[in-house]
Amino acid sequence: MSVLFVLLAGLTLGAAWAAVTLRNLVHAALCLIGSLAGLGLIYIQLDAEFLGLAQILVYVGAVAILIVFAVMLVRGTEPLVGRLSTSPWLGGAITVLLAALLLWAVSKSPRLRAPTPPAPTVTVKAIGQQLTRDYVVPLQGIGLLLTAATLGAALIALPRRGSNPPSTPP
Amino acid sequence: MSPLSACLVLSCLLFACGLGAVLIRRNAIVVLIGIELMLNAANLNFVAFWRYGPNPEALTGLMFALFALAIAAAEAAVGLALIIAVYRRHRSSDVDAADELRG
Repeated sequence: MSVLFVLLAGLTLGAAWAAVTLRNLVHAALCLIGSLAGLGLIYIQLDAEFLGLAQILVYVGAVAILIVFAVMLVRGTEPLVGRLSTSPWLGGAITVLLAALLLWAVSKSPRLRAPTPPAPTVTVKAIGQQLTRDYVVPLQGIGLLLTAATLGAALIALPRRGSNPPSTPP
Repeated sequence: MSPLSACLVLSCLLFACGLGAVLIRRNAIVVLIGIELMLNAANLNFVAFWRYGPNPEALTGLMFALFALAIAAAEAAVGLALIIAVYRRHRSSDVDAADELRG
């Protein structure tokens, strides 16, 4: 466990904690971006350079913009106060219990103490060959899914004509 | 602590952050942020087990994480469109506002 990993893990966790606790939605979105970028750097540190760059491209580039746009479109009339759910103590208890269970399982598992294998050499060429040879059907499926999701998102977010006209500002 | 268990502990804490946001907060966008955090925690597990597992040359964990990334992007797009649609109808991004189907 290197110093770099500890630093990146601290950045990721701190930003994630801030993202779920901050009241201001814009700050929460920015902290989420920081957390996901830190995770991308951790992927790079784990010798998965392509995946790390893809993570930064997809999350910091695309999903972050989507979330900021949604905050902008939704926030209009609301105060910047995030209210809690009807039973926050139950939710907190479930969260803490699950985290404790997972941490206990990780600390008890004997197989995690295996020696670290040498770093694999992963080239983008090898990833491309795998994608177009063994994973070509899932790749096409992902393409179809992304097209359908884009069309569906546009359809869902379109205003219904005549049923519920948006209030026009004076 | 071995590198693999360090990754697993980080992933577990990230997942707990996301789950807490989904269960405790009421704003729909914060709930979506929590879901993204949970998806990314699972992805970190795939990458960690691929890197420190017995056969990293097969690239299976990497491929799974890559596909999960694409699916998470599609999920974010549809989720945010749903939030905007619900907001347009109820004038609120509170997840408790949309309760017409409650029995």
